[in-house]
Amino acid sequence: MHRHSSEFDPHLKDQAPKPPLDPHLKALENEAIHIFREVAAEFENPVMLYSIGKDSSVLLHLARKAFYPGRVPFPLLHIDTGWKFPEMIAFRDEMAEKFDLDLVVHTNPRGAAEGISPFTHGSAYHTDVMKTEALRQALDAGKYDAAFGGARRDEEASRAKERIYSFRTPDHKWDPRNQRPELWNLYNGMIRRGESVRAFPLSNWTEVDIWRYIQAENIPLPPLYFARPRKFVERDGMLMWAEDPRFQPLPGEQVQEGMLRFRTLGCWPLTGGIRSQATTLDAVIAELEIATVSERQGRAIDRDQAGSMEKKKREGYF
Amino acid sequence: MTAPSATAASASNVVPITDAVKSTRDTRPLRLITCGSVDDGKSTLIGRLLWDTKAVKEDQAAALSRDSGKQNDLGLPDFALLLDGLQAEREQGITIDVAYRYFATDRRSFIVADTPGHEQYTRNMATGASTADLAVLLVDARTGLLEQTRRHATIASLMGIKQFVLAVNKFDLVAYDKAVFEKISHDFKELALSLGVRQVTAIPMSALKGENVVYDGRATMPWYDGPTLVETLELATTRTGAAGGFRLPVQRVSRPGESFRGYQGTVAGGSIKPGDSVAILPSGMVANVKQIVTFDLVRNAAVSGDAVTLVLDRQVDVARGDMIVSLDAQPMTGLHFDAQLVALQPGGIEPGKRYWLKAGTRRQRVVVSPLSQLELSTGKWKSHAETLPMNAIGKVRLSFDEAAIFDAYDQNRNTGAFILIDPDTLNTVAGGMITAKRTDLGGIHREGQRVLLSLPADLAEELMATETFANRRDEVDVRRLSAARAAEVLGDLD
Repeated sequence: MHRHSSEFDPHLKDQAPKPPLDPHLKALENEAIHIFREVAAEFENPVMLYSIGKDSSVLLHLARKAFYPGRVPFPLLHIDTGWKFPEMIAFRDEMAEKFDLDLVVHTNPRGAAEGISPFTHGSAYHTDVMKTEALRQALDAGKYDAAFGGARRDEEASRAKERIYSFRTPDHKWDPRNQRPELWNLYNGMIRRGESVRAFPLSNWTEVDIWRYIQAENIPLPPLYFARPRKFVERDGMLMWAEDPRFQPLPGEQVQEGMLRFRTLGCWPLTGGIRSQATTLDAVIAELEIATVSERQGRAIDRDQAGSMEKKKREGYF
Repeated sequence: MTAPSATAASASNVVPITDAVKSTRDTRPLRLITCGSVDDGKSTLIGRLLWDTKAVKEDQAAALSRDSGKQNDLGLPDFALLLDGLQAEREQGITIDVAYRYFATDRRSFIVADTPGHEQYTRNMATGASTADLAVLLVDARTGLLEQTRRHATIASLMGIKQFVLAVNKFDLVAYDKAVFEKISHDFKELALSLGVRQVTAIPMSALKGENVVYDGRATMPWYDGPTLVETLELATTRTGAAGGFRLPVQRVSRPGESFRGYQGTVAGGSIKPGDSVAILPSGMVANVKQIVTFDLVRNAAVSGDAVTLVLDRQVDVARGDMIVSLDAQPMTGLHFDAQLVALQPGGIEPGKRYWLKAGTRRQRVVVSPLSQLELSTGKWKSHAETLPMNAIGKVRLSFDEAAIFDAYDQNRNTGAFILIDPDTLNTVAGGMITAKRTDLGGIHREGQRVLLSLPADLAEELMATETFANRRDEVDVRRLSAARAAEVLGDLD
């Protein structure tokens, strides 16, 4: 084997040769690349939802692979609720610059004007306005007819029945009882104007696959995934990050400092950290062994009620 | 090892997640479909697989016992609640669609297409079976094979599944009687053989008690020395599609700059290396492969399943929907093909309507003429079907305006499969499999016309055995008459 000699391979120059992927990860990677290319070819105006977490990082890596030696042929859309960790925003901007990406950032102007906050308005209303409504606004504004997401079927029960091409009505509704049949790898991308499709290249990946792939491909992750001393409080069984100026301790709450990291990333008031000494990828993976709870456990959104994810998805949440 | 309690599970083939992350997998994920109904204990079996391989996390289990408020007498949650993901299902207590489940052992990972057993099972089973390497068919040990078992096995084999596992479930309820197992597995092997499926494993099990699913059932079935379900799945083969000629349906043309032009797609069959000669279909132009480009390396070979970018050695006109194929082993091209399909929507498939057909990356208009319909209860084809209603399986003739490119489905699943899209609703209305290119007997065959022939029986039999006739057997009406009677019939026509 020999290296590229073309001008389109800047990423190879500073990268040591790595062993080939095992057949399992290779099969998942091939499938994801196939989906990326199929959507890019069949739709006029795709966009990729970028939420900065580990799944988004894998999704971005796969998109770069799919279109190499060209650049990623669609923009990345980040829905910024205004309550994301600053480390996430810094990482997002760094990736956009490093990989020459078109980045679109949208914050719901209504929510921002009304000062919607997960503390005063509750997690459900905050998510509804600042994520679901904001996403609909951004998709309408961009007139996107296809949107890539990093959702996986193993994440949550209603996701298990999600198609790889998930059809949405003009007002972004998902009807789980009336989904298009999906056979072989033959995806039906035919839609009417105003309708759209959410496409999920990581549908068949599990959390373990995501971590193994990040390790095998050496994919950069936001530093929040790694433990370092952070200030936090314990609230409702959750370790809440307490370094933001908007953070207000409740009566009796003690701000503590300790080694903390996050298994998933989202709005900091809704995303609990875990006590950890894992400062490297190997150490994070080693800690998965004792993590017998699913990764969504840290997320307030799923605990509201049974079927809450399905409800949000019906309304247009990813 | 015997079946453990829910709390103290440990088995050699269940590994902590860390080891799963660290280990490399020598095999691709095995995709399987489970066929059976709630009565056969299908939800319990899948729940058991997920539970015993530790695919269910503690908080999910806690949510489960919170939602169900009850546990069975083994201290396990109600597995059906774990599986029925949608609120409508939980409320109505039914499973309405195909769901995908994931679990892994230290040897391999698995993707399960979980489809409902009763309502609209044909369409959902066809969907789940389209990507499956293996089918697990469930029967209740107390009842043995049912008509339903035959239906499920027939659909699975039609969709190209060559490996069956028969799960003889609820074996605790027949007192672990070896004779019961032998009778059922014998019946099933005959059924499978009649469908042309030779790789069959029958396993006596109790999904509820966890016997012969992940852990063995030696304590209660010392006479059974075969594999557990998971052991069988670990050793099953995945179809690679690597045999046969090279196929690359072109997804898109990559032109990042004037100096680079590459054709992107997933290899759908065979293999390729730089220097190989290829044809571009349908134009038939010829070129040689100059480079196989991927993000990581310029590669010296690509095989079926690889997502690649091909660079050719000369300027040729290639667009999305074209297929790059090996020069010496080309697929069939033509305007008429024979196929089998499954009708997926309430409107069924209408003769004469111009549908969209998508195969590989190619989308073109097609007219579908139904020829016959499969009677699932008997496995026989009824001839001369007018329309194919939802859930029907039919033989059809496809007629295209422009050249279509296919392999037979039993030769190559990737290049032999297609979907039909209704131009009015834009919904997917059928999934189909190419059986053969239709060879018209130039000049003789005209639409709707029929010819009566009187032939000696041995000559007729010889003719019927040829490929041309075999492909259109369902259109031919054969009567055996004495020579005198035949002369009489023909005479009457004048």
